[in-house]
Amino acid sequence: MKIRDLLSPFTVWKNLFRDPVTIDDPVRQRPGAPRYRGFHKNDVKKCIGCGTCETICQNGAIDMVPVDGISAKDGDSGLRPRIDYGRCCWCALCVDVCMTKSLTMSNDYQWIDRDPDAFRFTPGVDRKKWDDAALGYQRPDDHRLTPEERVHMKELGPDARIGSFIEIVKGYSVEEARKEADRCVACGLCTATCPAHMAIPDYIAAIRDGDYERGLRLLYDTNPLPEVCGRVCTHKCESVCAVRHEGDPVAIRWLKRHIADQVPLDQYRAIVGATEPATGKKVAVVGAGPAGLSAAYYLARMGHAVEIFEALPAAGGMMRYGIPEYRLPYDQLDKDIAFVMGLGVKLTLNTRVGKDIALDDLRKRFDALFISTGLHLGRSTKVPGADHPKVFQSIDLLRRVTLGEEIFCPGEAIVIGGGNVAMDIARTLARLQMRKYGKVGVTLLCLETEDVMPADREEIIESREEGVILRPGYGPTHIETDGDRVTGARFVRCLSVFDENGRFAPRFDTADEIAISGAMVVESIGQGMDLSYLPDDLKNQIVFERGRPKVDRHFRTSVPWLYAGGDIVQGPDVIHGIANGHAAAVGIDRYLREGGTT
Amino acid sequence: MALYEPDRSQYPAKKPDGTLDIDLTSGKYLKLWQGPQHPGITGNMSLELTVCGDEVVDCQTHVGYLHRGFEKLMERRTYIQCFPIVCRICVPEPDFNEYCYAAAVEELSGITAPRRADWIRTLILEMGRINSYMMYLGGQAGSLGMGVIGQWTTYVRDLMLDRFEELTGARIYHMFILPGGVRDGLPDGFEKRMEETLREIESTMKDVYEAMFCNAVFKKRTIGLGVIDPALIDPYGVTGPNARAAGVAKDVRRDFPYLVYPELDFEPVMGKDSDAYTRADVRRRDVLLSIDLIRQILAKMPHDGPLMAKIPNVLHWKVPRGETYIRAECSRGEYGYYLVADGSGYPRRVNVRGPSYTHAVALLERLIINVNISDVAALMVSFHTYPPEIER
Repeated sequence: MKIRDLLSPFTVWKNLFRDPVTIDDPVRQRPGAPRYRGFHKNDVKKCIGCGTCETICQNGAIDMVPVDGISAKDGDSGLRPRIDYGRCCWCALCVDVCMTKSLTMSNDYQWIDRDPDAFRFTPGVDRKKWDDAALGYQRPDDHRLTPEERVHMKELGPDARIGSFIEIVKGYSVEEARKEADRCVACGLCTATCPAHMAIPDYIAAIRDGDYERGLRLLYDTNPLPEVCGRVCTHKCESVCAVRHEGDPVAIRWLKRHIADQVPLDQYRAIVGATEPATGKKVAVVGAGPAGLSAAYYLARMGHAVEIFEALPAAGGMMRYGIPEYRLPYDQLDKDIAFVMGLGVKLTLNTRVGKDIALDDLRKRFDALFISTGLHLGRSTKVPGADHPKVFQSIDLLRRVTLGEEIFCPGEAIVIGGGNVAMDIARTLARLQMRKYGKVGVTLLCLETEDVMPADREEIIESREEGVILRPGYGPTHIETDGDRVTGARFVRCLSVFDENGRFAPRFDTADEIAISGAMVVESIGQGMDLSYLPDDLKNQIVFERGRPKVDRHFRTSVPWLYAGGDIVQGPDVIHGIANGHAAAVGIDRYLREGGTT
Repeated sequence: MALYEPDRSQYPAKKPDGTLDIDLTSGKYLKLWQGPQHPGITGNMSLELTVCGDEVVDCQTHVGYLHRGFEKLMERRTYIQCFPIVCRICVPEPDFNEYCYAAAVEELSGITAPRRADWIRTLILEMGRINSYMMYLGGQAGSLGMGVIGQWTTYVRDLMLDRFEELTGARIYHMFILPGGVRDGLPDGFEKRMEETLREIESTMKDVYEAMFCNAVFKKRTIGLGVIDPALIDPYGVTGPNARAAGVAKDVRRDFPYLVYPELDFEPVMGKDSDAYTRADVRRRDVLLSIDLIRQILAKMPHDGPLMAKIPNVLHWKVPRGETYIRAECSRGEYGYYLVADGSGYPRRVNVRGPSYTHAVALLERLIINVNISDVAALMVSFHTYPPEIER
């Protein structure tokens, strides 16, 4: 034993002269570190109630609950996370996975309460003293637990596509689709917003699993036109996608198309399943557009005999005669239609109801009717010169192009309108000009400024790439004509489109006038419906609301056996038509099973 | 080597089947339960001792007081949901769980964490090692009645917890090493504050050396206590400081280099006598090694670059079918995660190799024989075991 070992321990006495290291008042003297994971904060205005925090929480500490003052709307479930601090482990995965970065943490860590239930609270709603804490853990900018970059969709370049009507979008490969499907957080905001309430997260999960049969079944549960919707749907789902808050939304539309593209038509029947036994009831559908086809599909599945009457030489309605082939190739449309027809639906083409066959006849031959005749009448600007023969309606021209007719196509054309139909005719004319003259000479003008143009953003970008000149923010004053020729049109700057009540009442600055030269003018400012096929006595029985037939939730008009849907009721777009058709089919089925009397 | 040699004449004879011939009704032997709460271990564990007078003649360990079924829980959690669970398997040094789990998931998923994340991971592991040793030193001294050492080490451990707090956002369960990388980089001024903390630890370690290691009582009680024969090291799965104190150079950092250890300059700390005193001394010097490593890391680590690899969407992360074993050198020895993935979104099996398992059960049951009851706590602490990793 060394003497040092006896003396050395006494060195501890030197600490008598040291100051204590204990913090006297930790409540005030010891705040948490700047990135401390303390109590939760939630910016409820930023939060969209997507529930990814609830999904990732392994403790089951988070419940999405309704909150006073916040109601569900597109892109917001109206729910907010309630956190149970009896379960929370402060791992902050909820903060890391928050799509909007609304959920954060304060650096506050002391909370005393006599009531155990107080520790189950809704951050941001139940006011807490740390709500305004500046410090605390927030997800660092480059820290992501979900992939942010959208998988690039291969498209034809402007030079390749301008000379033809070949489809622009090439579609995802299996690998690309899986990668894109991986970005989905399965929040379901898309399903709530989709007019047809498609099971979007489920079919995206099917893509991840490579199970296209399950995917196709899910598509057909709510949408019998997946090839069409996978290409031209207005994809309201993507505009509410939780992922869009940091990056592009999940490419839901392209993923839907991918499923349909992966399955050959001859396998559809085996996958989607057989129809129910025949009921002996007969339903007539007027108009073979998306609503009519959708109603026919679901009615046929329910065992009813369906016959569609279509005025034009092929089924598809606006999908065929409005949307250009470069956006929706006819063979893909035909694939969807072929499966509907394969269920035994009868299609009578070139038969205009009201002209070739009376509606009353249909009423006598069928147990119920569904009308979905769409918006096929163009609207005129009615400015001086608009009645000139070289002033056209876009919808007429697009129909004639599909029918294979040669349309008037000068080297310089003016398109009036800022919606997708205006884009369709502008880009169609551009292609025809390219074929004929080797250059594009289309100018498109519309009242709205570019940021609020109704057309899809990609349409604006792509039309520019193809050489279309866009002049948003101008309204026409008159069209200049010279005998049987149109020489151009004059426009003035539009200051505002709507008045303070939201009514259409454009105001112009007449001092800012421009002249655009062109040998034709195409008006594309909206479409109207033609219901002249309805007999007067029937028309009198139907209640109209703002010019559209009023329908109940099953799309039944005020006449018990008459259902209506599609653009004449809602929209105009494909997916509303499909949703209407489906809802009407369910209503008609119930009506027929109840004896067709009520 | 000074060995503790008790008088064996009082001890029970062995029966032909190897068990001891103990007749409790004779009054010569007594069953004594020690635990589950006692100063000998960080956590709860019981010893069923058979004593003869003051000396232990037989011992049966009983664990399960901290069993929360971590391994089974993980089979019903997605891969990301296991991340907040794993750290709880070892309270004083949770980071090895985070690292081993993350590295296992990364390996099976074919993901490589960014280099900068590797440096931060290494830094965190060394910080955790110091914390763990501080807890040990306080416990080792406390088991022999020296309370003040624990006060000092708890103080400097708290300083290190402050560094953890500012780096990771939490003091105990850091939950910072995610599959794919780490959450964030070093906060501003971290190096300076870390250096101050390291200096404080060094200063405290000098005091600890004087008061604990140059202490007649401590020496008298620990020298010769619980000697692990080097021949037992491999059969008993002894690793870490317990093995190195016996002169067997086992250090995963050197034997199976991981993270950035190949770029650091260090030699495993070795001992010779293999008793409780040597083990304590190896750990004391290991603290100094970790301080040196932290300084090397802070000097060499890159300060920009990504911190997370591109990982799949964690909400439905499916790890491809496969299995792997990831190991790391924690303060108690080899920590390992054996992960089996079946291609689904949940681990098929996660087996945690906590070094305490072998040290606290098999090794203790053998070495506790002939030990005086008053030394049992000191012996248990000298193996440096944490019960939650025995009973995952």
